[in-house]
Amino acid sequence: MSVVWTMIAKRLGLGLLTLFVISIIIFGATELLPGDLATSILGQSATPETVAAIRKELGLDLPAHTRYLNWLVAALQGDFGTSLANKRPIADLIGTRLGNTLFLALYAAAIAVPLSLMLGILAALYRNTVFDRAANALALTSISFPEFFVAYILIFVLAQSGLFPSIARMDASTSFGEALYRTFLPALTLTLVVTAHMMRMTRAAIINLLASPYIEMARLKGMNPMRVILKHALPNALAPIITVVALNLAYLITGVVVVEVVFVYPGLGQLMVDSVAKRDIPVVQAVALIFAAAYVLLNLTADVLSTLSNPRLIHRK
Amino acid sequence: MATLVTLLWIAVAIAAALGAGWLFRAGAVAVTRGPLARALRGAPLTAAFGMLVILLYILVAIFAPVIAPFAEREVVGSQFLPWEAPYYLGTDNLGRDMFSRLVYGARNTVGIAFATTALAFAIGSVLGLLAATVGGWLDQVLSRVVDILMAIPSLIFSLLLLTIFGTSIVTLILVIATIDATRVFRLARSVAQNIVVMDYIEAAKLRGEGLWRLITREILPNAMAPLVAEFGLRFCFVFLMISALSFLGVGVQPPTADWGSMVRENATLITFGDVTPLLPAGAIALLTVAVNFVVDWMLHRASGLKE
Amino acid sequence: MTDAKRNKPVLLTMRDIRIDGRSDEQWSPIIKGVDLTLNKGEVLGLIGESGAGKSTLGLAAMGFTRDGCRISGGTIDFDGIDLMKADEATKRALRGKRIAYVAQSAAASFNPAHKLIDQYSEAPVQHGVMSRSEAEHDAVELYRRMQLPNPDEIGFRYPHQVSGGQLQRAMTAMAMACRPDLIIFDEPTTALDVTTQIEVLSAIRDIVAQFDTAAIYITHDLAVVAQMADKIKVLLRGDEVEEADTRTMLSSPKEDYTKTLWAVRSHARPTQPPVEKGTVPVVSVKAVTAGYGSVDILKNINFDIHKRRTVAVVGESGSGKSTAARVITGLLPPRQGQVLFDGVPLPPNYRQRNREQLRQAQMIYQMADTALNPKLRLRELIGRPAQMYLGLHGKALTERTRDLLHLIELEPDKFIDRLPSELSGGQKQRVGIARALAAEPKFIICDEVTSALDQLVAEGILKLLDRLQSEFDLAYMFITHDLATVRAIADEVVVMQQGRVVEQGPKDEMFEPPHDPYTELLLSSVPEMDPDWLTKLLEERAAKAG
Repeated sequence: MSVVWTMIAKRLGLGLLTLFVISIIIFGATELLPGDLATSILGQSATPETVAAIRKELGLDLPAHTRYLNWLVAALQGDFGTSLANKRPIADLIGTRLGNTLFLALYAAAIAVPLSLMLGILAALYRNTVFDRAANALALTSISFPEFFVAYILIFVLAQSGLFPSIARMDASTSFGEALYRTFLPALTLTLVVTAHMMRMTRAAIINLLASPYIEMARLKGMNPMRVILKHALPNALAPIITVVALNLAYLITGVVVVEVVFVYPGLGQLMVDSVAKRDIPVVQAVALIFAAAYVLLNLTADVLSTLSNPRLIHRK
Repeated sequence: MATLVTLLWIAVAIAAALGAGWLFRAGAVAVTRGPLARALRGAPLTAAFGMLVILLYILVAIFAPVIAPFAEREVVGSQFLPWEAPYYLGTDNLGRDMFSRLVYGARNTVGIAFATTALAFAIGSVLGLLAATVGGWLDQVLSRVVDILMAIPSLIFSLLLLTIFGTSIVTLILVIATIDATRVFRLARSVAQNIVVMDYIEAAKLRGEGLWRLITREILPNAMAPLVAEFGLRFCFVFLMISALSFLGVGVQPPTADWGSMVRENATLITFGDVTPLLPAGAIALLTVAVNFVVDWMLHRASGLKE
Repeated sequence: MTDAKRNKPVLLTMRDIRIDGRSDEQWSPIIKGVDLTLNKGEVLGLIGESGAGKSTLGLAAMGFTRDGCRISGGTIDFDGIDLMKADEATKRALRGKRIAYVAQSAAASFNPAHKLIDQYSEAPVQHGVMSRSEAEHDAVELYRRMQLPNPDEIGFRYPHQVSGGQLQRAMTAMAMACRPDLIIFDEPTTALDVTTQIEVLSAIRDIVAQFDTAAIYITHDLAVVAQMADKIKVLLRGDEVEEADTRTMLSSPKEDYTKTLWAVRSHARPTQPPVEKGTVPVVSVKAVTAGYGSVDILKNINFDIHKRRTVAVVGESGSGKSTAARVITGLLPPRQGQVLFDGVPLPPNYRQRNREQLRQAQMIYQMADTALNPKLRLRELIGRPAQMYLGLHGKALTERTRDLLHLIELEPDKFIDRLPSELSGGQKQRVGIARALAAEPKFIICDEVTSALDQLVAEGILKLLDRLQSEFDLAYMFITHDLATVRAIADEVVVMQQGRVVEQGPKDEMFEPPHDPYTELLLSSVPEMDPDWLTKLLEERAAKAG
């Protein structure tokens, strides 16, 4: 067992290191700004005095590594500084939006994960049948659709008739049930896009597994197809399936940005896009850091879980 | 009732697509010969349809000025005119001809995506092959750098970089190509690693072959099939990513006709039940579907031939 | 075959079986109308070269085909049940319970996620033959009968915690769990070393006899099938060649093909005069210790290889024989010791060797499939060394390539522009030889060059190598695990075990006692065509031990 724990500890350490390097990249990227942050805020016409003033205000006169450390230490305590655009603390801007984004992602995941695993396993079981071919072509088609295309089709079909709202407004007074209803279309958009990916990957992982000699052995022992899948394929499919799920949840993180914009949903993605347009760099940095951290954590969890599901590693010689 | 009609239309569209695929395949088999014709004969209708669509897009991109009745940026009438001649698909939010802009969009959007993919491929596959062949510290350094870069979600990373470097087409191409090169590197390296362990590579090394010949004569020809398929997949990703960025307003900038931006500019029409904004989005979707169908077939063939 | 078995009731009848396989979107026949009859308690040996359709036919006896195959004709009757007409549920009820299967690779055929005993119990419990606790008891009993170490405990391990030979026996025990009427053994010892093979063979033979189980024993090894089977059926490309009881088949085969199969092991290299004292060997391995990481795979190895002589390096998997080749070629620089070429030390790493040094020592690989670049034509595959080392170009290069093709007995006009995928296994191996010859070397390492080939083809390759040796004064280092190959080609033998040379000397001495105990074990473990060989061997060993 101890070998497994060492592996997991190493993986965790590596994950932390990755996060640390990413934070350097995100911070350091602004150092590559053509010119300097102060001039890019004020524009080319700014007088030297105002530039000097804003440099002082932003701490730009300090050396880069000091500024990085200050930024990181503050960020770890939840303080991301103030927005350049509206001078409000970034932490306030992020607060409820982070919750909204997580809500939407989890909502989509709750539908997509069980659905796609089931479809993937079915497609693998009935591979090369009409069902499999149709599911495959459909999945391929929906993978190829840009998220906004799916979103607008859904709006066109489902919101036109007034079944669901095309704008997902959220505020503090929105009840849980109401929130589920209002965010149904964005969640459905994400589900459609992610399900296709996840289904195809699950199918591939299972088919890969079904070609193993030990599956043939189980069939030659007279076991029924259900038992072959549940008892013989599934325990070995855990690691690939975990990887597939994690990969797609990570994909959700990206997908959520576009979907939030289409449905005017008050989430992190929207905040990030707005801030990019305004070149509000501190906000972009903060949001990018949060997204990247979520992404790294997801992959880390997947790695640890698939290590734990591998009998060869758990039961050493 | 409305759903039934929609379903009927979808069925008709699928049937028409497969029919077009069938015709295209029959035609292609007739004009080609040898192994190519044999391969085409075995192509599924989806792949044939995909090839037909890709061909059409290429033709439209090349002959855009001939096909489009108006210029790309010309304001020809008032805003949001309905679908009536001479504006077959109406006009957009500034009163430009929608059809002409769609045609020019093929050139701009597909062209930019293609250039970006090609650049990403040049960087990624050269470094990936090199890392796998040389191994040692070079491989270690490159792989670690790529691991880190890949740990940042690509859309988020490109948003960050575009904020900093601004949104000209050149920056757009460079930023996306760099990010995508990491994915290409991963694939090229792992494909090459499977080849490098082969005895014929050992034999070539023991013969005293240099690095250049090892890569170009011994490794690359054997890595071609997966790399070509990956090029198709990468193109789809890049194409969707650039469209998404343009849709978000940080990609290709107006007044250049670009499908992603066109969706954004005309999105308000959707709420009035007008399908016009779905056209550029559909144009994007159709091409990615087509490329994916072809790639899927190629991957299937490659794995089938191995057995 | 004993008369008692001949008179037993019929268990399995297959008539005019036809099986197709799907390739390139069309069906082509794999089995072309084979008949098979098996009585209760009888063992049928199914023998043939690769691609003969042995496994496909064996699986068909269970009413089973692999994906991409279909039974297109014939009848299968198992104890009154028509397997061609039976539905899946009926067939499932038979499989594992009345007909069981033992696969070639036990390591891949045991599910890595479950303990051995869980997999043992699955069939009896699911088929309702016994309860879980009965099955566990029974498992321990059968593990004991299969002579597995720690039978009480071994079942509670996972497959990856048990060695290959033990897994193969555990799989036979698992097949026995429901006391089936018929077991299909699909090359159960092919992946094992000879010394391990003996244990598995004797365990299988005993248990099949004890429970009076009928069996179909599939193998490509004649000597093995001679020990196991009551009667033998020979297959060739999906057709039956002939069938007879084992002793008749061995003593007087009727068909030409069978006779050639039997005659394969006849090639033997005549004894060469001893090398004159004081001759400088072409290659000399001096006190070499080498390994990966902190592990020494080779421990103080010494041997010489002389001009026009073949040294066979023999050992089982893990003995370090391939590592020795890697040290000589410079792929693995040794920790200690050195390799001399014509008396001059070679740089330990191949990157530091000059072109001339690289040219002098060439290598032929075991798997011609991975040794030839699949995207290059023979013109370039064979021509490249001549171009590099001898500076040949244009016409001269083509001429040289054609000469080389002549040497390996391939028609130049037909073959020069072919790709490796357009060649048979034996032809590929010949191309590997031509590529080595193209460098005009003094010394060639042959790494298990015949072990992936069918016996007849292997014989041809050995003869070719023999001829080339005398023609070009070559020195060979011949790595092999197969003692028949050693007899056929070697002048001297080096026996390796766990990284050490346990014995070395001229071939004739090696095959005569007295031996080092390991050499003795290795030599005596090689199956012989005599059907009583295994019985006698086990008696001898028991007598010695007792």
